[in-house]
Amino acid sequence: MMPGPWQVRRVSKETPDTFTLVLEPLNGGRGGFRPGQFSMLWVFGVGELPISISGDPAEEKSLTYTVRSVGPATQALISRSVGQELGVRGPFGAGWPVDQARGRDVLVVAGGIGLAPLRPVIYHVLDHRKDYGRLVIAYGARSPRDLLYRKELAQWARQKDVQVLTTVDYGGVSWRGRVGVVTSLFRFMRLQPARTTAMVCGPEIMMRLVARELTTRGLAAGDLYLSMERNMKCGVGFCGHCQWGPHFICKDGPVFPYSRIAPLLDRYEL
Amino acid sequence: MPERKRTRLAAERVADLIQTLAGRGYTVIGPTVRDGAVVYEEIADAQDLPRGWTDRQEPGRYRLEPRADGAWFGYNLGPQSWKRHLFPPQTKLFTAERADGLFRILGPEAERRPRAFIGVRACELAAIAAQDQVLLEGPFRDGLYAARREGVFIVAVSCTLAAPTCFCASLGTGPQAPGELCDIVLTEVVNGADHWFLAEAEGARGAEVLDRLAAEPCTEDDSRRAGAAVYAAAQSQTRRVDCDGLREALEDNFEHDRWDAVARRCLACGNCTMVCPTCFCTTMEDFSDVEGSRAERWRRWDSCFTATFSYIHGGSVRTSVKARYRQWLMHKLATWIDQFGTPGCVGCGRCITWCPVGIDLTEEARAICRDGNDGNTVA
Ligand SMILES: Cc1cc2nc3c(=O)[nH]c(=O)nc-3n(C[C@H](O)[C@H](O)[C@H](O)COP(=O)(O)OP(=O)(O)OC[C@H]3O[C@@H](n4cnc5c(N)ncnc54)[C@H](O)[C@@H]3O)c2cc1C
Ligand code: SF4
Ligand code: SF4
Repeated sequence: MMPGPWQVRRVSKETPDTFTLVLEPLNGGRGGFRPGQFSMLWVFGVGELPISISGDPAEEKSLTYTVRSVGPATQALISRSVGQELGVRGPFGAGWPVDQARGRDVLVVAGGIGLAPLRPVIYHVLDHRKDYGRLVIAYGARSPRDLLYRKELAQWARQKDVQVLTTVDYGGVSWRGRVGVVTSLFRFMRLQPARTTAMVCGPEIMMRLVARELTTRGLAAGDLYLSMERNMKCGVGFCGHCQWGPHFICKDGPVFPYSRIAPLLDRYEL
Repeated sequence: MPERKRTRLAAERVADLIQTLAGRGYTVIGPTVRDGAVVYEEIADAQDLPRGWTDRQEPGRYRLEPRADGAWFGYNLGPQSWKRHLFPPQTKLFTAERADGLFRILGPEAERRPRAFIGVRACELAAIAAQDQVLLEGPFRDGLYAARREGVFIVAVSCTLAAPTCFCASLGTGPQAPGELCDIVLTEVVNGADHWFLAEAEGARGAEVLDRLAAEPCTEDDSRRAGAAVYAAAQSQTRRVDCDGLREALEDNFEHDRWDAVARRCLACGNCTMVCPTCFCTTMEDFSDVEGSRAERWRRWDSCFTATFSYIHGGSVRTSVKARYRQWLMHKLATWIDQFGTPGCVGCGRCITWCPVGIDLTEEARAICRDGNDGNTVA
């Protein structure tokens, strides 16, 4: 339960309320994680939060996080400046099925901050380009200024066999892209359901709709993965907060195959 | 398999047992009467034991009454469990100091004195085993719990009396204390002037202590009489949980009118979770001094009955009391089985006794399963 000391090396603003922090270890800590895993980040005297690792899994000297400010602890996190220290525990949890997806097409579906835990998958697929088929990224945000990683999205879109589709809920006058929920992007995807593994992260309601829509389009429930979110105080299955039916989301998840959790998703207030 | 040593111990030898353990350097923690209840605290000698007291328990009701026969362990269970000593209500995880933006973590103050627990009931051994499973036997190990748990000398006491709220027999967790997890098992036989203990040692450490106590050899008849007293306690239990198919039945009745009915009675006070010896949920609290140079992080018991328990930004997942009661009961009797292979209830009945409105999980479980999903019954 003891965080290791890490130091903020870079802070960059992604959107008005979302920042990316790059941390490096003090006292000989090490990076290294599997895409989809998270850390518990501790802010001195404030609290500790589960935050997904959003950087490149091949990078072992640092850990990268993208944090959206929604309350006191996340606000304290994004207010750290270069040189300041943060406590890190982890990495924790079961990640995305990047190994099982080898040889297949990969569909990444993200809503809002949900792109952060999926970015390591994108890095991994692009780093091991020959191991995977097509990569399709379907990403929705509230408004154009809420889109994360805009430069990278454009770069990824220029790569061979990569399709990037974005949409926003509210466009505004200057937006020339698509408007609508993320599922409205599916008719533009060039994918064969039978050879596709889908990885989905976003608000629960969005994930439910996406899962329903993708299975209707012929994707097998076992080839579809969702990353779940619940209150977490410890990250290691002791505090009990993240229980969701029989699962501890921190250690059994946060990534689950849809085939395993589909009935739970329909249980209100579970 | 280690040899099981069986002896007969005169009733007043309990005093020597405590002294022997203290003499071996153990801090002895045992039952004692405080504020009208039996609690587990550090005891100096046998005078501190609740000799001559018994407890009367019913749903929502507990009181101590004198008993004439001078039994040392003639009560069942108080509101506290050994969890208080193994997994305390609040624990400091660490202190941290900061200078120039950098902090230093000063590790937790690890436990500590060797301790002996005396008077651990069968259901409580099962509860300790359940917490061991959660905190020590998963992919992660809780070092603070491990430090408190390791090396504890346990003197268990089988029950020869059951409260109306007890239902360990139906769960197979009592009233006979099993040999595993403990060093000595006592069974108190009291029948007028005929007052003695069957004392069984489990393993060398327990045997060595029994050897000091001028225990006599025990006869077949002694064993049989002690066993019969425990059997009678099992037979006298009226509450029960029928485990066959229970998990599936609860799963199938996630929506059921009974959940609404119990939610109308439940105060969401969380008493049931505080007295439960297996409940392990905790929350974290951070403190810092005004200059922000020193911070502490504490862990404290939490309850799934609070609204904040399931909070994620934007609101709680379980807003209704119905959902919270259902989470608690389903965890105890269904999902704990998925997680750890056994129910999370050991049948101690504390949650029934200490519920201010006397909600009884055995009755709720039965109603939900028996009535199926046809929207029947309010008790
Ligand atoms: C596995 C996992 C990965 C996550 N990854 C990211 C990420 O990459 N980027 C990001 O911005 N956010 C992420 N979150 C959500 C983030 O943890 C919450 O936004 C954050 O805890 C809110 O804390 P707060 O004090 O700022 O806000 P408040 O809403 O004031 O929260 C108060 C307290 O409630 C709890 N809490 C509130 N919301 C959540 C939540 N969603 N999940 C868990 N506990 C919560 C926390 O204990 C917090 O201290 C993740 C959550 C989980 C479970
Ligand atoms: S659920 Fe109730 S009866 Fe079961 S172990 Fe907990 S307090 Fe005892
Ligand atoms: S069941 Fe009883 S003890 Fe538990 S929260 Fe409800 S009112 Fe309180």
